[in-house]
Amino acid sequence: MNMRGPALGELAGAAVAAEVSSGGRGAPALEAAQLTLRRDLTLAFRKRSQLVQPLAFFVMVTLLFPLAISPELSRLREVAPGVLWVAALLASLLALEFLFRDDAHDGTLEQYALSGHSLTWLLGAKITAHWLLTGLPLAMIAPLSALSLGVPLGAVPGIVASIVVGTLALSLIGSISAALTLGIKRSGALLPLLTLPLSLPVLIFGARATELAIRGGPLLPPLELLAALAVLAVTLAPLAAATAVRISLE
Amino acid sequence: MREPTLEVENLHLWRGDRHVLRGVRFALAPGECLQVRGANGAGKTSLLRTLCGLMYPEEGRVLFDGKDVRVDLRTFHSKLAYLGHEPALKADLTARENLLYWIGIRRRLSGAALDAALGRVGAEGWCDRLVRTLSAGQRRRVALAGIALLVVPLWLLDEPTAHLDTQGQELVATLIAEQLARGGMVVTALHHELPRVVDNTRRLELAP
Amino acid sequence: MATARPLNWTWFHRLGSPPYIYELAARLAPWFGWPAALAIVGGLWGGLVLAPPDYQQGDGFRIIYVHAPSAWMSLMVYTTMAVAAATGLIWRMKIAHAVAASCAPIGASFTLAALVTGALWGQPMWGTYWEWDPRLTSELILFFLYLGYLGLRAGFDDTQRADRASGLLAVVGVVNVPIIHYSVTWWNSLHQAPSVMRLAKPTMPPSMLVPLLLMLLGFTLFFVAILLVRLRAEVLNRERSASWVREVLGP
Repeated sequence: MNMRGPALGELAGAAVAAEVSSGGRGAPALEAAQLTLRRDLTLAFRKRSQLVQPLAFFVMVTLLFPLAISPELSRLREVAPGVLWVAALLASLLALEFLFRDDAHDGTLEQYALSGHSLTWLLGAKITAHWLLTGLPLAMIAPLSALSLGVPLGAVPGIVASIVVGTLALSLIGSISAALTLGIKRSGALLPLLTLPLSLPVLIFGARATELAIRGGPLLPPLELLAALAVLAVTLAPLAAATAVRISLE
Repeated sequence: MREPTLEVENLHLWRGDRHVLRGVRFALAPGECLQVRGANGAGKTSLLRTLCGLMYPEEGRVLFDGKDVRVDLRTFHSKLAYLGHEPALKADLTARENLLYWIGIRRRLSGAALDAALGRVGAEGWCDRLVRTLSAGQRRRVALAGIALLVVPLWLLDEPTAHLDTQGQELVATLIAEQLARGGMVVTALHHELPRVVDNTRRLELAP
Repeated sequence: MATARPLNWTWFHRLGSPPYIYELAARLAPWFGWPAALAIVGGLWGGLVLAPPDYQQGDGFRIIYVHAPSAWMSLMVYTTMAVAAATGLIWRMKIAHAVAASCAPIGASFTLAALVTGALWGQPMWGTYWEWDPRLTSELILFFLYLGYLGLRAGFDDTQRADRASGLLAVVGVVNVPIIHYSVTWWNSLHQAPSVMRLAKPTMPPSMLVPLLLMLLGFTLFFVAILLVRLRAEVLNRERSASWVREVLGP
């Protein structure tokens, strides 16, 4: 062990000594957000098994309905929009569990709050990473479940589009309730209880868009409403989540 | 440029029904270290967290460079480094990757400086292993390397010697001494004494 | 001996003082309670006895005299709760959080009353106790928002943490209520046959309207009275280790 190694001041020169008193701001917020995004993606790839769980859950849930209702494709096609979206909603809820859990346990959230950067931006990066890892894969896998429920092939692009936008809104909305329940040990059904009422508009518009995609009707209006919700969530949710995180750190 | 100072005026903090901080006051000049001592539950961690703005006191203010830190918390945060009970290291990244992230979001970091800092804390042998394979003492050393790399005027260290052997504790004392020599300030919560006395150290006792 | 918390934080100086609030609430409550009783009795008399039966619905519409004020109050109490919570969050006033905490069970009760009376109204109207009427559905979702608030509060042992987390939830909820209501109405309009499947208010001549307004006034006054009573209990509970509480409760 190098106890008598060069002191840090010598290494970096006079610039460092000046930095001590001024404490330079360093990298701007966007760069910090990008680094955070990349780190979260790296971490997720090193624990790949965790990513599969929400997807497997989604497929399992959609599998339950033919068994519970009827194998007749015509009947399944009628309930397909509801089934797909309820399953997507529940799978997102499941995935929400690990949005903040690790960071809260190991002190990372604390360091985010103390980093000198906007916590809103850092959490925005985290939520984006979470959506890339859970929402997008869900949208990729949804066509398989949809086809198994008798949905025509032509409906698939519309379904994928609605789930892509919808899961983004769900990740954002869910981040608020996930942040609020930080620090509750036996949270149980509290996270779903908090998230579901706030997610109902997404469910309503998303299921309607899916239904119109299947019937071949104009799905742009509900899709636009869904996008509007997502935009609203993008502007407000990270701020609310950041406030909730700060509350949990007090 | 004038070196910044840290002043604490009459801090009162309640946690639930407990009056944890009862009128804490002190002033710290550049180059000084404050050792906060007290039994478990006396409020050492609460004091540190109030100093960095994570906890909100019912009464009193924290002044950095003469200005209330609440006025611009983010700027204040960019001038401090906080080491909590758990070093915020991700188990699935290597020590090097962890530091590249934590320092990288705050300032430019050269590979040479990172290597030197890791060597300083004795991590050359294991800095490229995943943190989940490291012992608590090794993680603490990585965290110390991070603190030293941040180069900020104020260090807030909560039990920095936890999990460290005697050599590790010596390292902490040396790092603190260097920070003070640069004109920085250190507030540290300690359960037991450092292996050697660092100059310009004052003590604050918190009674439970 | 524990010391009381400092009493002055902002220019809401006196309102922020728990002993002052405790005493003020005691003095004010009867001023709301008795007028509330009068208004409600008057409204019930006017609505149940004096008002003529409706042209379409007969006597069945009379439940509106309890249903509509309950529904209105459920929303008003939620808004009050959110405003109190926001005040507590922004200015760090503990009394504001106590007000919000006191509102929640009252609002949940109004919501439940609205749901039950809505179902009872539905029976003679539609033949079933529940139709997915947009207003009743929104009311049901509001009930879950209240339950979520109460559940979040219950999850924390530390009162301050419970206050701040549930306060933020209330603010987020109140922003969402219009969005939820709009989307539920939109959803309902897509699927409903255009028949009279709604809890339609009958056209209102003054003899019907005046008792309704009286009930609304009565419910509002009742809410304030009950809020003040609950607030006193809430304040006592929160300040239980303070010296003034011991004096109040006696030896």
